[in-house]
Amino acid sequence: MIDAFDQIFVLLKHWALGWPFWPESLKPMLSVFLSIVPIMLVFALLFGITTVVERKAIGRIQNRYGPNRVGLPFTDVRLFGFGQFIADGIKALTKEDIVPRAADRVVHFLAPIALIVPVFLAYSVLPYGKNMAPIDMDTGVLFFFAVGAATELSVFMAGWSSRNKYSLLGAMRAIAQMISYEVPLIISTITVVMMVGSLSTVKIVEAQAEYSGQLPHWHVFTPWGLAGFILFLIAAMAESNRSPFDLPEGESEIVAGYFIEYSGFKFALFFLAEYLGMFAISGLAITLFLGGWTAPLAFLSWLPSWLWFFAKLLALISLFIWVRGTVPRLRMDQLMNFAWKFMLPMALINIAAAGLWFFLPAGFDRWAVCSAMLIVPYVLLGRGLMGGKLFTKRTYRYAE
Amino acid sequence: MTLPFAILAVVTLAGAIAAMSLRNLVHCALCLVATFGGLAGLFLQLGAQFVGLAQILVYIGAVAILIVFAILLTRGSESPQQPIVAGRWLMGVAVAALTFGSLMVSIVTSTLISSANGPKPNVAADISVKKIGAKLMTEYVLPLEVVALLLTAALIGAVIIAMEEQARLAPEGSQSH
Amino acid sequence: MLGEGIIKGLAETARNFVGSYVDKERLVTVQYPEERLPAKEAARNFPFLVFDGHDPHAGLRCVACQICEKECPPQCIYIEKSMDKKPDYVGKPQFYPKIFDIDISVCMSCQICVEVCPFEAIKMDTEFELSHTDRFAGLLFDKHQLAKSNEYYQKIHPNEAAEVDGHLAAEKAKAEVKAKADADAKARIAAAKTTTPPAAKPTPAPTS
Repeated sequence: MIDAFDQIFVLLKHWALGWPFWPESLKPMLSVFLSIVPIMLVFALLFGITTVVERKAIGRIQNRYGPNRVGLPFTDVRLFGFGQFIADGIKALTKEDIVPRAADRVVHFLAPIALIVPVFLAYSVLPYGKNMAPIDMDTGVLFFFAVGAATELSVFMAGWSSRNKYSLLGAMRAIAQMISYEVPLIISTITVVMMVGSLSTVKIVEAQAEYSGQLPHWHVFTPWGLAGFILFLIAAMAESNRSPFDLPEGESEIVAGYFIEYSGFKFALFFLAEYLGMFAISGLAITLFLGGWTAPLAFLSWLPSWLWFFAKLLALISLFIWVRGTVPRLRMDQLMNFAWKFMLPMALINIAAAGLWFFLPAGFDRWAVCSAMLIVPYVLLGRGLMGGKLFTKRTYRYAE
Repeated sequence: MTLPFAILAVVTLAGAIAAMSLRNLVHCALCLVATFGGLAGLFLQLGAQFVGLAQILVYIGAVAILIVFAILLTRGSESPQQPIVAGRWLMGVAVAALTFGSLMVSIVTSTLISSANGPKPNVAADISVKKIGAKLMTEYVLPLEVVALLLTAALIGAVIIAMEEQARLAPEGSQSH
Repeated sequence: MLGEGIIKGLAETARNFVGSYVDKERLVTVQYPEERLPAKEAARNFPFLVFDGHDPHAGLRCVACQICEKECPPQCIYIEKSMDKKPDYVGKPQFYPKIFDIDISVCMSCQICVEVCPFEAIKMDTEFELSHTDRFAGLLFDKHQLAKSNEYYQKIHPNEAAEVDGHLAAEKAKAEVKAKADADAKARIAAAKTTTPPAAKPTPAPTS
């Protein structure tokens, strides 16, 4: 019974495929279709809900209410404002689509499509539950990063085709940031690939699916895994252009970055792609470090695996929102210094630490050595990043 | 010839032709990206996952960005006034023919073709990413290290070029104070 | 150490987040259509015309002197004087505005019309929910829309209205005293000239 509940979506798909009236030649297509459509629907819905939750949470952080009005149409039911995303969606769909006269129309039109397609492709390798990876690729992680790299070009297309200096500046910033943070992102992933010995996302989750006592063997519970997870998360924030790394959008300086000249549905696509990118990279972080669909404690394993995946995903999204409500935007030079002078060395040291962890015998010594190997450079690099400057409380001199 | 192959081939060829013939340089670069994508698709279709994905990661993710940045930073994205077809096209044809010929020779003389007549090995299933990684780390570790050294040298060279400029600018800055 | 500040900041925002659910004092937002801030005495936006009593036509204080029309900087007031006269609050026959229009889309809420009005007839309103689907006719207010009772004025600006009322009452009292004195004087004259018949003139202070 529990097993059936765990595999409910897999069973449903098989049941739907087993209907006699499908022609045999269409079955592979139908199987693909049945995998893709639920993913697109679920994550688009999650996007809508996340926008409301984010606005409400940030409002609460700033002691405001946030959206709490829109509920069911034609009634007084407000649902705490959770109808807001439907209203926003209708608004975006019905707004006029404005293309600047000087814009390169074809590229301007293609940019949002070239962005949303790779973002959705990235979802095809994430394992959402036991036996629930749409494609179990031998090179899943590599595939994820390959399609992630393809989004940079669409950002450039959007920025360049708008013929607007703000959008071009935003695109330049976005590309510089994405390329810089892709390096620590991939290098922090390499540790996991090294330990598991596979690029397949399914195998990576399976490697973490054991328990010693009640505690799971997630990678985040090792020194190199924790360091890798934190590095990955920071780089993921930068990759998905989330605050504090939202320089490409930088509302206060370059208005809205590369999508300034987009309106209506095209803008909604950019917005969607940004959030979907965030979910996808959170999903990869869960797969790599947080044990994918496995339960956090052994006795909780009876709950369905997909529930654990989505619980972890929501937790990570909340973390992203929390950080967004806390940290102000970085400056461009701070961003680059952080990437190249802190993230990259730490990620490289982390590889060495992971290698050492692999060869040392299990025990307390292994923990001590690997932790020291990571904490000492962390402190030193942190000090170096501050450049020997001592930050004290700022004093102001007023005219007397 | 299957339908996916036909689509990918058309995308690749059309992209390449457009990249040669369009006037706007950024458009050319974007069409080149379509060609890269088509090539990656062909690799993936042949079962060479690693090569196909590396093609996307490196060519679309890095080389294409490099190209468009180079275009934007050097001569702007204005379309040129002079005719696109260069005067010395004969030279171009010669270079293209030479490249094509050398590729053909290496393909024809490769062991894969000669073994095709004998018992056909299942190539696609044989090449897993794991195997490529193991080969790179054992048999081909020296070429890998040489390439790494070369890239590091290029990186350091780029840094030094950037630093020299800064050093040249710095005294001027200090004089003005 | 690096990251210390971020941890502190995260703790602070978490405290705010939880605090906003626990402590209602933190949420200062007034949820407008249902809740409203108490009206401020000094608030003002667009002018209205004050009338006494219950009949907007009979009690309208405006005498169509057109000073406000001339003084209005953006010239948003349009007045047409009546042909006939009606008695004002002291009983003196006065003209009244046949047409009194204010275009509130033009009005800049400067209050000069209020300051120049010698009859305390035009005052500033606090009503702000004036949006309309017709941006021309919907925002052009005529005499009937502008006329509001003195009780309304007392409600929105209690102190100011009390002052005006006192001022007007004093004026009226003075006028009555004067009228009475005039009547007495006339009566005395009439009494003195007993040969002439008693004045057939109506008393100059009929109650309206």
